[in-house]
Amino acid sequence: MERSSRAAAAPGMRLGRSRPRYGESVVKAVLLLAALVSIATTVGIIASLLSPTIEFFAEVDMVEFVTGTSWGPGFTPPAFGVLPLVVSTVVITLIAVVVAVPLGLLAAIHLSEYASARVRKVVKPTLEVLAGIPTVVLGFFALTVVTPFLREWTPFEVSFKNGLSAGIVVGIMIIPLVASLAEDAMSAVPYGLREGAYALGSSRMVTSLRVVFPAALSGIIAGVILAVSRAFGETMIVVVAAGSNPSLTANPLQEMVTFASYIAQAASGDIPVGSTVYKAVFAVGSLLFVTTFVLNYLSARIVRRFREVYE
Amino acid sequence: MTLLTTPKTAVRLAGTGRPLREHLFKIALVASLVIALGFLALVLYSMVAKGLGRFDSRLWENMPSIRRPEAAGAQSAITGTMWLVGLTAVMALPTGILAAIYLEEYADRTRWYNRVIELNIQNLAAIPSIIYGILALGVIARVLGLGFGVLTGAMALSLLVLPIVIIAAREAIRAVPPSIREGSLALGATRWQTIYRQVLPAAIPGIATGAILALSRAIGEAAPLIVLGAATFVPFNPSSVFDRFSALPVQIYFWITQSREEFHLLAAAAIVILLALLLLMNSAAILLRNRYQRRH
Repeated sequence: MERSSRAAAAPGMRLGRSRPRYGESVVKAVLLLAALVSIATTVGIIASLLSPTIEFFAEVDMVEFVTGTSWGPGFTPPAFGVLPLVVSTVVITLIAVVVAVPLGLLAAIHLSEYASARVRKVVKPTLEVLAGIPTVVLGFFALTVVTPFLREWTPFEVSFKNGLSAGIVVGIMIIPLVASLAEDAMSAVPYGLREGAYALGSSRMVTSLRVVFPAALSGIIAGVILAVSRAFGETMIVVVAAGSNPSLTANPLQEMVTFASYIAQAASGDIPVGSTVYKAVFAVGSLLFVTTFVLNYLSARIVRRFREVYE
Repeated sequence: MTLLTTPKTAVRLAGTGRPLREHLFKIALVASLVIALGFLALVLYSMVAKGLGRFDSRLWENMPSIRRPEAAGAQSAITGTMWLVGLTAVMALPTGILAAIYLEEYADRTRWYNRVIELNIQNLAAIPSIIYGILALGVIARVLGLGFGVLTGAMALSLLVLPIVIIAAREAIRAVPPSIREGSLALGATRWQTIYRQVLPAAIPGIATGAILALSRAIGEAAPLIVLGAATFVPFNPSSVFDRFSALPVQIYFWITQSREEFHLLAAAAIVILLALLLLMNSAAILLRNRYQRRH
């Protein structure tokens, strides 16, 4: 930004200006307007969530919502305990993290510290292609490849729709995100640190793990948080592979319903506008929005601190 | 000690100090990449293997059918996706590029509102896509009264990919050397003339890469459209922007949820079309970027 403020203050521009250029201010106004669309989006999201959520809590006791152990807005009488959704969302996110973080970080170390320029040039775009596969396709993959594999080859009683399969595939989905953000953080570590480590007799592994990795840690953590946020809000994989019957269980071999997958299922069914069930969709949406917002904010904070260290 | 006197000895020590652990670590690194890329290959292979048998002209010539899977196709979904991509391109690309120009060329970062805009875009980029469906349902369809047509769907997708367009366009604009701007301004061009005639042409390859990636994201996205009710049975092509619509990922989801195996084969065949389209677009974007990066 230093550049544009310098241009604005350049005395040469003022000297050369012969007449007022109204067009220039119009252009600036149009550009600002375009930038404000993003603000309007956030305002719109909050507005669309807020009023049905408030109405929802006028009809449903907040204590029941937070502590209730059964979720079934369609039941008679309806049950609005959000804990089953919370536990399922956390379990599936955890499975995804367990799959993606080790694989993603090792892949990042390989790309940043070991791989030749030629390998990097082929592998990085290929990982980006993996990141570009639509999640509905990955959901179908979970349902038709991963679940049958788990049922066949593990000794557990795996149900046809289950949280484990969805969690594993959500993990596969976020591997490229973890790998590319961690690789960015590690590539940004100044080369002098590596040379210092080698000069002291460190091997490549020791340099990677004890010098480069800790130096990039804040950037890596920020990337992992962003990946967690992505896993937390993933819809299609879970909706296809994890089922539609919410129950309070941490056992991923059973059906699981997360915040996002509940929203998709409820909204695609026929629900009367203005009913409590309709408002419940927005209440769950608020929960999802607030959680991912906090995670994103945390990640941005950590990234900013990380940048200050190396610039 | 003589150990550290010659660099040669030191290097050998570093190499042989813990040979087994070093080797195991290297193997683990390579294995992680092989596993990650193996998943990619497995996804592609399993979809093609399942879908290829049903991959024929019925897929794009016929309309979806609930009762007769052998006659069903995805024509309404394919045309729906085309409408969505076209409208999204018209809405999201200009807005995103203009916003990026503002943030890179005009915004004064010391102003609080510009920092808010920037942080806000970062946050929007990481918000779950289904939230955009809720936005479209609550605000665009109901409050603005645009209904549940293809325009509402395209607006949801536009807002969803807007951060991608803005972030990519900003990077491309930032990569244009300041000397080009200074030269243009020194010759008496106004700020906008400089941006329009010098900066934008130089940034076009980067902007185009971002635009293709953003549109390919819009093509594959199903969650916000499902919230809008696009998953219901739509056996006709949209003829106006207010018509109800289907889209390829939504049609695929619809077929996956059916219990008959014929519909799963149909889903796999439609996935082959979707993946072929996306792989083509992504490779084009990546090739474009690689060529452009080499020149600088």
